[in-house]
Amino acid sequence: MTLFRNKLALFGTVLIGFLVVIALLAPLLAPYDPSEIDLSSRLTGPSREHLLGTDQLGRDVFSRMLYGARISLSVGFVAVGISVLIGIFLGSIAGYFGGRLDTLIMRFVDVMLCFPTLFLILAIIAILGPNIFNVMVVIGITSWMGVARFIRAEILSLKEQEFILAARAIGASPFRIIVRHLIPNGITPVLVSATLGIAGAILTESVLSFLGIGVQPPRVSWGSILIEGKSVLDVAWWLMLFPGLAILVTVLAYNLLGEGLRDLLDPRLRDQI
Amino acid sequence: MKRYLLKQLLARIPLLIGITLISFMVIHLAPGKPTQLQTEMNPKVSYEAIQRLEKLYGLDQPLYVQYWRWLSRLVRFDFGISFQDNRLVLDKIVERIPITLFLSFLSLIIVFLVALPIGVISAVRHNSLLDKTLTVLVFIGFAAPGFWVALLLMQLFSVKLGWLPVSGIRSFGTEHFSLMEQVVDVGKHVVLPVFVATSGSLAGISRYMRGSMLNVIRQDYIRTARAKGLPEGLVIYKHALRNALLPIVTILGLSLPGLLGGAVISETIFGIPGLGRLFFEGVMARDYPLVMGGLVMGAVLTLLGNLLADVAYGLVDPRIRILGEERPAG
Repeated sequence: MTLFRNKLALFGTVLIGFLVVIALLAPLLAPYDPSEIDLSSRLTGPSREHLLGTDQLGRDVFSRMLYGARISLSVGFVAVGISVLIGIFLGSIAGYFGGRLDTLIMRFVDVMLCFPTLFLILAIIAILGPNIFNVMVVIGITSWMGVARFIRAEILSLKEQEFILAARAIGASPFRIIVRHLIPNGITPVLVSATLGIAGAILTESVLSFLGIGVQPPRVSWGSILIEGKSVLDVAWWLMLFPGLAILVTVLAYNLLGEGLRDLLDPRLRDQI
Repeated sequence: MKRYLLKQLLARIPLLIGITLISFMVIHLAPGKPTQLQTEMNPKVSYEAIQRLEKLYGLDQPLYVQYWRWLSRLVRFDFGISFQDNRLVLDKIVERIPITLFLSFLSLIIVFLVALPIGVISAVRHNSLLDKTLTVLVFIGFAAPGFWVALLLMQLFSVKLGWLPVSGIRSFGTEHFSLMEQVVDVGKHVVLPVFVATSGSLAGISRYMRGSMLNVIRQDYIRTARAKGLPEGLVIYKHALRNALLPIVTILGLSLPGLLGGAVISETIFGIPGLGRLFFEGVMARDYPLVMGGLVMGAVLTLLGNLLADVAYGLVDPRIRILGEERPAG
C-alpha cells in the first residue's frame, strides 16, 4: 500500500475511518438522546455532564454532534454517489460513441460549468423544497461534470487499444465493453475526483443548512447545529465552534486523502513518492 | 489571432442558448405557481383575480410558448418584472452587479498574489517539509466553512473589539468625506468578506500552480537550461515560471462561478447589497423572473469571464498569437 507512505494521506484515511465508526456507533456512544429537551440546563458550557455543552433547549451538543455526523457524512457519500453515476454514464457514452452524441454531451457539460453552482443549487432547492433527500440529489446533479470529463478522456485513450479491439472482435456488446473493460480501467482519476467531491458536498450541505434550506429539524447535521448557535454566539461560543471544527476536520481529511491518491495515481509523479 | 478570436466567440453561442434552456427548465420544476405566493397570503383574492395574474405573467401558456416568449424578450435584455416589487428585473440586477464584481475581483487579485507564490514554492521544494506545511495550511483554509469563519471573525473584530463595522459596504453619511476617508471606510467594510472569500480559494489555485510548475520542471528544456549551467534561480523564475503561468490564465475565468456563489454567503452574512444577496432573496420569495434573471446573468458573467481568459491566453501564448494555432490540449 504505497498510498500510506504518504503520511498526510494516511492521516486523512485514519481520520475518515474514525469518523465513520463514530457515526455508525452514535446510538451507543451518545450519552443523551439528541433531541431530549432539558430546559433546566439551557446553554451551559462544556462540563463533565455535557462534554460540549448544551444548546438553547438544553439538548446535549455532544450527542447531537454524534448524530449530526451520520447526516453530514451520508450527504457526502450519497451526493457523490449520484454525481459519479451520472458522470460515468454520460462520460463513457460520450467517449465510446464519439461523434454528435459526444459533442452534445460535452456541450452540456460546458453549459453546466457556466452556472455558479450555488446559484443553481439554491434555485432548485427553493423550488423542490428543503429536505435532506433533495439536498443530496441536488448536490449530486450539479457536480458530475468533472467525473464525466475524466472518464471520457480515459475512454478516449483506452478504446483504441488492443484489448478493446479483441473484445470487439469476439462480439462483445458496447455495453459490455464499456462496463466490463473500459470503466474498470479508467476509474482511477474518478476516485480522486470523488474523494474531493465528498469534501465539497459536506461543505455545501453545511452552507445550505446555514441558509435555512438544508437539513430540517428534527434531523440534525453539523451545519444545522452551527446555525442554531448563530443567534447566541455572544453567550454560547461552543454551539458554533465545535460543529464548525468537525466540518473543517472532516473536509480536510477527505482532501488530504484525495491529494494523496492524486499524487499516487499521476504517473508523472509516481516515481517521486 | 483574428480567427482564434472569432472561433472563441462563435463557440459560445450554443453555450448561451444552453444556459437559457437549463435556467428555464430549472424554474419550471416548481410544483407551485408564483401567483400562489401572492394569493395565499390574501384569502379575499378571487379565482378570477388569480387567473388575471397568471395571464399577466403568461403562466397559462404551454411551456414552449413561455420559453420562446421569454427568450425573445431576453435578447432585448428584457428579463421581465420582479414579482416582489414590480420593478424591472434588469434594473434590480444591474444596480447590484458593480458591488459583487468589485468584491470578486478584489478577492481574485489577492488570491492570485498569495496562491501563486505558494504554488511555486511547493513545486520547487516538492515533498519538503515546507511544501507539506503550506499544503496543510491552504487546505485548512479551504476546509473551514466560509460562513463559519465569517461569523467567528465578525464576532471577534466587529462585536467584541469593535474595530470593524458589522455590515454593509460603507458607513452612513460618508458621502461628503474626502476620497481617502471614503476608501478607508469601504476598506474596513470589505476586509472580512474579502478575507473569507480569499482563504477558501487559495487551495485550488495554489495546487493548480504547483501542478503546473511540477509539470514544467520535468520538461526537456528545463533539463537543457540546467545542463548548460544556468543558475537555478534563473532556470526556475525565467524558464519554468513563465511557461507554468500559461495555463493559470484560463483558471482566472474558471474562478468566477465560485466567487459568485460565495457572494451569496458573504453578502448575506455581511449585509452587502450585491447580486448574491439579491438572488438569495429572490429564491426565498419564489420571484421567478428575478431568479431566472439572476441565474442567466450569473452564467453569462462566467461565460464572459472565461472568454476574456481565453483571449488573454491567446495574447500571451506565442503559438496562438503568431501562428494562430489551436491551444494545445490540457
